[in-house]
Amino acid sequence: MKNNNNYFPDASGKYGIYGGKYVPETLIAALDELEKLYFAIKTEKSFLSELESLQKEYNGRPTPLTFAKRLTDYFSKAKIYLKREDLCHTGAHKLNNALGQILLAKKLGKNRIIAETGAGQHGVATATVCAKFGLQCVVYMGEVDIERQKLNVFRMKMLGAEVIPVSSGSKTLKDATNEAIRDWVTNVADTHYIIGSVVGPHPYPMIVRDFQSVIGIETKEQILDMENRLPHYIVACVGGGSNAMGIFSSFLENENVNLIGVEAAGYGLDTDKHCATLTLGEPGIFQGMKTYLLQNKDGQISEVHSISAGLDYPGVGPEHSLLKDIARVKYESITDNEALDATLFLSKHEGILPALESAHAVAYLHKLMPTTNKDEIVIVNISGRGDKDLNTIINQIGDKIL
Amino acid sequence: MRNIRDYIQSINNNGKKVLSIFLTAGFPTKEIFLDTAKSVLDNGADMLEIGIPFSDPLADGKVIQASSQIALEQGINLDDVFELCNELKNHSDKPLILMGYANPILKYDTKNFCKQAISSGISGLIIPDIPLEEYDSFFTDEFLPLQKILLTTPTSLDERIKKIDELSEGFVYCVSVTGTTGVKNTFDENVIDNLKRTYSLVSKNKMLIGFGISKPEDVKTFSPYCDGVIVGSAVIKIINESNTFNSIAGFIKSLSVATIQ
Repeated sequence: MKNNNNYFPDASGKYGIYGGKYVPETLIAALDELEKLYFAIKTEKSFLSELESLQKEYNGRPTPLTFAKRLTDYFSKAKIYLKREDLCHTGAHKLNNALGQILLAKKLGKNRIIAETGAGQHGVATATVCAKFGLQCVVYMGEVDIERQKLNVFRMKMLGAEVIPVSSGSKTLKDATNEAIRDWVTNVADTHYIIGSVVGPHPYPMIVRDFQSVIGIETKEQILDMENRLPHYIVACVGGGSNAMGIFSSFLENENVNLIGVEAAGYGLDTDKHCATLTLGEPGIFQGMKTYLLQNKDGQISEVHSISAGLDYPGVGPEHSLLKDIARVKYESITDNEALDATLFLSKHEGILPALESAHAVAYLHKLMPTTNKDEIVIVNISGRGDKDLNTIINQIGDKIL
Repeated sequence: MRNIRDYIQSINNNGKKVLSIFLTAGFPTKEIFLDTAKSVLDNGADMLEIGIPFSDPLADGKVIQASSQIALEQGINLDDVFELCNELKNHSDKPLILMGYANPILKYDTKNFCKQAISSGISGLIIPDIPLEEYDSFFTDEFLPLQKILLTTPTSLDERIKKIDELSEGFVYCVSVTGTTGVKNTFDENVIDNLKRTYSLVSKNKMLIGFGISKPEDVKTFSPYCDGVIVGSAVIKIINESNTFNSIAGFIKSLSVATIQ
């Protein structure tokens, strides 16, 4: 797999002090097996061509890079381009990773697939690849998320997946992830765990980044093709951080490209209802990795909040923690209300309804654009489409729309 | 602070396997925890494992998860845990072992954690999310006086078990099954085969078996392949269901009798 970010992780799965394998002993053998297989096949021609043809013929890649003319006119500053991961099959970037990992599962000879999901997009992507390859699929999802992402629950069930509601803790993504890990600890012999983001124990953050790096690789080719130069800014939302790592990874070496990750500020950074992990968190150990976390004074993991289920997570991928510390990526945040406004803003100006997650990146344009120049280029990663969020949008701002 | 290995050896020398009981600190309240722990120690437990409550206990099944949650709702933190340990230290000289996840310890500050643990009479530590791979980065020099107990599981390869034995101090915690803590109904042949394998590979330390042991018959079944057993969820369940010290005392006594060879 082509990947320009060859420096991390190191041999022990660390990104500086972050990452690692902080898991119960039972899982070590499975992680070692996965790591060994991945390193063996990631450059293997037959594997790469199988994945490439799936990405092309099933997922619809490459996704377009769209010049956003009316957005650009609106700000009258830098040119704005949108990377259209919303046009992936199943409606978000999540399928990029699920396709890669289902091939790994097949090579591992594992017939049962488990996954966690927040917004339901990773659950749908996993259920989709399981349907395509005829494997059993079990998806863990918090009860709160099941309620606010009902459409995706139906989709997963239609695709033949079993959706198991998780009622512990905050009943959202972190708790679904705990349950998926417990399932894996119990059924590790015949089960592969498809983690949906660049989180968890090594080698997951690396594998998911590599499978998502197709976003950045395409973006680089496309912008060079269209503009004959690199962009000045790339903006992507960050929950666990997989769409952001996917688009950032190809540009890490290009130091003149400013990379901006946008976290969810929920009700505001001055409340405890947010999930701006890199903005307000501190390093700790959680769900198999050392990384920035939102936690209380006793080291208990916080129950966080974002209107977008996909960002509603108290941790973040360990590579983002390193990129924050070395100041290669700047992390900013956007509130629920700003994100809601941005969904309407993009819909009305470009005819693109973004997922609430991606809307955080769009909303950041209001802060970024005034600081840019006309001869600069900004790329926003539209990680998914917003159809899944219609219930939330109607409940929150329905009266504004009607 | 006691030398855990010597202590287990002395009990084994008397023709008995060790009975180690797990309780979640501060569950269901500080007071009931203390009374329960004392009763457990007075009625045949040889060691006590005290669980540090954590919001996201990955290796635990529903029973211990729920107990952890209840303790957290009482506001139990590490300072409370040390206070409770201090009380138990004054009650009994049997070894006290802390079992907890890495993050609360890291957040407390590892240096201060070790200092407080030692002065509260803690002999050993079990941290299920610190496997061999993270041993060096987590267990810095200040942990030296505390005896670190590592876990083996059915998925641990032979060479790895030897390495775990090498780095463990006191005993190796042999997890009986792949899975989380909690009550299992049956143990098949593979489970016994794995216990035999692990027991034959552990040479430096004693070996205790845990996860899923819930009744005296389980203790009898496992006794030939270990130096002791650990019971946790089954005790927490009894606290949940009856909450009378008589029923807990009776249960611990029945387990203790089963450890006599």
